[in-house]
Amino acid sequence: MKASLKTNGRISASAALQAVTRWYESYNPVDKVKHWLWIIIRAILLIGICFIILYPIITKVSLAFRDKQDMFDSTVVWLPRNFTLDNIKLIFGYLNYTEAVTNTFFLSLTTSVLQLISCALAGYGFARLKFRGSGILFGVVIFTIVVPPQTIMVPTYLHYRFFDVFGLYGLFTGEPGVNLLESFWPFFISSALAMGLKNGLYIFIFRQFFRSLPKDLEEAAYVDGAGILKTFWRVMLPNAVPAIATVMLFSFIWQWNDSYFVNIFAPNTTLLSRMLDLLPGAIRPEYVGGISHTSLYLNTGTLMGILPIFILYLFAQRYFVESVERTGLVG
Amino acid sequence: MAKRRAISLERKKALFGVLFVTPWLLGLILLMAVPFLQSLQFSFSKLTLTPEGYSLKFIGLDNFHHIFFVDAWYVRNLTNAVTTMALNVPLIIFFSLFTATLLSQKFRGRMLARAIIFLPVVLASGVIAKLDSGNFLATLMGAASTDVESNYSGLRSIELEPLLFEAGLSRDIVFYLTGAVDRIYQIISSSGVQILIFLAGLQSISPSLYEAAKIEGATGYEAFWKITFPMISPLILTNVIYSIIDSFYNNSVTQMIQDTAFVNLNFGVSAAMSWVYFLVISIILVISTYLISKRVFYYD
Repeated sequence: MKASLKTNGRISASAALQAVTRWYESYNPVDKVKHWLWIIIRAILLIGICFIILYPIITKVSLAFRDKQDMFDSTVVWLPRNFTLDNIKLIFGYLNYTEAVTNTFFLSLTTSVLQLISCALAGYGFARLKFRGSGILFGVVIFTIVVPPQTIMVPTYLHYRFFDVFGLYGLFTGEPGVNLLESFWPFFISSALAMGLKNGLYIFIFRQFFRSLPKDLEEAAYVDGAGILKTFWRVMLPNAVPAIATVMLFSFIWQWNDSYFVNIFAPNTTLLSRMLDLLPGAIRPEYVGGISHTSLYLNTGTLMGILPIFILYLFAQRYFVESVERTGLVG
Repeated sequence: MAKRRAISLERKKALFGVLFVTPWLLGLILLMAVPFLQSLQFSFSKLTLTPEGYSLKFIGLDNFHHIFFVDAWYVRNLTNAVTTMALNVPLIIFFSLFTATLLSQKFRGRMLARAIIFLPVVLASGVIAKLDSGNFLATLMGAASTDVESNYSGLRSIELEPLLFEAGLSRDIVFYLTGAVDRIYQIISSSGVQILIFLAGLQSISPSLYEAAKIEGATGYEAFWKITFPMISPLILTNVIYSIIDSFYNNSVTQMIQDTAFVNLNFGVSAAMSWVYFLVISIILVISTYLISKRVFYYD
């Protein structure tokens, strides 16, 4: 504000106008009522939306600490009468929680770092290092976003079942390729080659962001004698922190929540999403003594499934929202 | 060294461009192009797994014949998925634009409201959504109905329906609106990314435009329709495309394709199903992009 007042007369005139309008609005009763009415309506709407989002989570928290007998007590609505940690302990065992969380964390972190590297490289290549045919190839990037993963699922599955690049392995050993299923390799390979979960979107985000950075920055680096690699590493990447944060968070979260690829490539590993998938089968009403118990355990399980990512979000949300806004996701 | 200087910066840049794109290009060839063509080939063949890999037998259009004329569920599921998409996408776009407008204003507790509204982006996907929306209770009690399925927020439109009928609205509109209220959680939870995109767009509109409009005597309503709406109309296109792709990412059809391949081990039929699915999505995307992009306003 201070700076804008100094620059020229036009802007300070508009500042004066703003001051007058503010004065007018604060003394005109009709405008005052309108103003407050809008604030109240907006508050009601926002609280309503927030409530709808939080309702299932609050229900789950309430259920998780509830004893079985509270399920049949109609006077218990939110606060459990018989507070207990039994549900959590039981589900902790069913989900093999410690191992599942550690494995999922390792998998998500590694894939998101790999995706970050490959997508940042591709995004920068498409944004700043134009070569013959790069426009068409970028069109192909968009195309990869549109192709549903189901279309290439069966060949991809067979590809990893008999993994063999250009038949080299088969040539030397005579075996029909390595079985990479039931390991994390399919995830790592596809992330490193920028073909993992929603990687087209990440390349798009990086390209948009690198395009929005000023050209002078790059040219200054070249003039100072930096090579292309050095310019990318020392000048462009440090400026791309919002894009990096966005892609990192999205890829981490989506990998964490993914059950589709996990079910295909590694159905027997102890991953959180896989264990949650198996949970309804493990706590069928016949085994645990009734539908209400199943519901109790299932809700507890879901709560524990979202808990790690919820904690992460608590710390990262401010950064997440702000960085996404600045990324130029806008197109 | 002298030889290197001969290469111009442009040429060097192009070389490095290829180098930078190489990982992606390798992935494209190995993990996208090859499987893509293979899947087309599978859809015309019968695939049997053998210890040494798999063998293919060309059977022409039998797989396609199977999914359209023998299988009772595929066409039904596909129609269902398309209808759900067509009903939900306008609501998602409307809701996310509305929420983004609310969130872009300055008020106390804005950060908290944002944090809560973006929570579904983080939580509501994958298994958790499946566990929740599958409504295991209803399924277990054998009373699975679409009404209960997508609505576990405890909100119902019982009062709203007679109210709207009394107001003299037509049947279809009333059911569309009440249906939207019943599915409110589904809609809210699938519009997180769209809200983010709209919010980023709203914040990039220059405030001087609004100031000028205000001096000219425009009301807030006019300012919205004459400034905000045209300025973010390209983002409506982006968001429609994103919502369409997102809605086709995980539904009964994808589940069916997966089951056909990995439960029934019918790889050929599964490939044919996925190809039909892909073509349907592409056609919908092309049509909607064409229709919307004719009306989009570009400001440069």
